[in-house]
Parts: sequence; structure tokens; C-alpha cells
Amino acid sequence: MHRFANPARFLKIARPLTGWLLWPGILLLLAGCASGLFLTPADYLQGNTVRILYIHVPAAWLGMAGWTGIAVSGLMQLVWRHPLAAVAGRAIAAPGALFTAICLMTGSIWGRPTWGTWWEWDGRMTSMLVLLFLYLGYIALANGSARQGQGGVSPVTAIFGLVGAINIPIINRSVVWWNSLHQGPSITMRGSSIDGSLLWPLGLTLFGFTLLFAAIVLMRMRAILAQNKVEARMQRLTRG
Amino acid sequence: MKAKHQRLILALAALVAIIGAGLLAVSALKDEAAYFYAPNDVKTKGVKPGKAIRLGGMVVKGSLKRAADGVTIDFNVTDGKATVPATFSGIAPDLFKEGSGVVAEGAFDRQGRFVATNLLAKHDERYMPRELDGMTYNETTHEMKAAP
Repeated sequence: MHRFANPARFLKIARPLTGWLLWPGILLLLAGCASGLFLTPADYLQGNTVRILYIHVPAAWLGMAGWTGIAVSGLMQLVWRHPLAAVAGRAIAAPGALFTAICLMTGSIWGRPTWGTWWEWDGRMTSMLVLLFLYLGYIALANGSARQGQGGVSPVTAIFGLVGAINIPIINRSVVWWNSLHQGPSITMRGSSIDGSLLWPLGLTLFGFTLLFAAIVLMRMRAILAQNKVEARMQRLTRG
Repeated sequence: MKAKHQRLILALAALVAIIGAGLLAVSALKDEAAYFYAPNDVKTKGVKPGKAIRLGGMVVKGSLKRAADGVTIDFNVTDGKATVPATFSGIAPDLFKEGSGVVAEGAFDRQGRFVATNLLAKHDERYMPRELDGMTYNETTHEMKAAP
């Protein structure tokens, strides 16, 4: 990983990689959404509301994967002092928060016709809402403790990212540990209780949204590095 | 020892402490964080009449009765270990039916009957097209078989 510690070397790879992630990602998620809307059959109980699944599940996965990424980059920043880890943490935070919010909103829209309620304080929903607040806290802390000319997050923000990671296994296990309104896991090591005819577009949107997420993170990292460069040059100019 | 290794050990020790604290908190929450009581929890722990709780389980097949007024329904809720009678007046969600999951908000009356003020339908983790409805489903292997 330290080979990429040099921002110039990182940019040389990140620049072409962004496009290679972005366009296939958009293509896959459009194909997944279209087939989820028009090609799959309606569910025997939920009818057409089942189609929210193709957005809701990737959003939940990316919200949780995003925080896992924040925690890993926090560890790399604190232990190995990797200069790009701090930049990665900040780059992940905003799209992670966005996908967590999308997960909560689509879940709420699905819950109204299925359960008969927009919102209930059960284990899964509450822990996911906590994740959104953790993201907002992380962004606020990163902005509040930022130092001039450094685009990455401060060490205290990295520690916050590591501590917040305890919520990720809690979200994942919440429907197993506690009685909850949210149903248990459909896809487990033993197989899937979602019938194959309903399942396949989910693979497309999961993969598509993940590529899109990675592309957004790379774009944001490049933007932060470019901002650093601008600030450094401005300082040199004012010193004259 | 290099400073890098010192930081690694410190970070890992902190991580273990956080995970330990989290697990302790979660295990202490175990019952408090439960969204509803199952009928067996009611039987073993005892819930005072009049205490507002949520009761969750399956609606027993053949137990659903509609009263003459058109809005009151009586049904039994089970978790396979215990069964509780319940009653509700109002509009039930579309997915509420016999043999499917329900979460009812309300309280027990003195006769041990659950008087619900609100009904929520609990969806299970099964998703399938309409053609497969009526097939039997194996919970552990996720296999679908045509009903005999």
C-alpha cells in the first residue's frame, strides 16, 4: 500500500480508474433497475412494492461498507500514518451518509404498505438511523478539526471512525439478536429465501452501485488532493 | 520496538476494549431492545394487565373471526410454544392474514386477552413470485417443494 503513498503515483492510477468504475457501474445499475422494474414477477404477498429491494439492499450495503472503509482508513492513518488514508476517510463520508439516508427512506416507503407504518423503533431501523447520525457527526468533526492545507481528516476524527465501527456488526445482527419488525436475513450462507426469479437484478444493482460508489470516492479523493495543491500554491504566492 | 508497532498494538488493544464494551452493552440490552414480546415471553415472564406492550407472533390459522360490527376482529397469536387470544378494532394492514406474522400494540385485559390498539403486519424473509405461492418451504435449507 505504501507504494501509493505518493499522491502523484496514486493519481496516475486513480485518473483512468475512475472512468473504468463509473461507466460500467452506471450501466449495470441502470440494467438492474430496468429489469427489476419490468422483467421480474411481483411478489406473492407484497405485489409490486417488492421492487424497492433493488435500491434498498445496495444502499444498506454501501452505507455499512462505507463506514467499514472509514474504520479501515482510520486504522491505516493512525498506525501506518498513510497520507492517503486520511483523504480516503473524508472522501467516503458524504456518499456513505447519502446511501444510508437512501436506505432509510426506501425502507420507510416500503414499510408503509407492507407493515402498515412509516417508522418503528425496532433494532434494525434504530441502529441504521444511528449510523446516519454517526456519518453526520464524522463529517462535522472532520470539518471542525480540519487544519489549513490538509484535506484529510484529523487524527481525532479517525479515532471517531474506528469507535463508530462497533455499530456495523450491531446493524448486521440486530434482526437475529432481538425480536424485530424487520425480517431476518434473506440471503445467508445456506442459500437465499428470495426466489431466483426475483433475485437476479439485485446482483446487477448491488455490483453497479458498488462500482459507482468506488468511482465517487476516487473522484472526491482527487478533488481533495487537487484542493491541497491549490492551497499550497496560494500560500507560496502570498509569501511571494 | 518501532513506533509503528507500538501504535499498532495500542490501536488493537483499544479496538478489543471497544468491542468488549459494545458486546457487554448489547448483551445487557438483550431483552430491553426487543421490539415485541412473543406469546411464550408473556407466559414465562408475566406481563401485568394494562401495561402497554407489543405482542408479536403468527396469526393461528382458522382463529380469525370478524365481529358483526365489521371492524372488530378476534384472533390467536402463537410463537409455536404458547398461544394468546387477541382482539382488535380498526383497519388492519393489507398483509395481515391467517398464518402470517403480526405485531400488535396494546395491553392485556384482566381475562388474559390482548386488546390491540394498532396492528402491524410482519413480513418474513421469503420473497417469491405468485406462481410459487402454496408451495411448502423448508426454513433451514430454503428449499421450495410443491405442496402434497
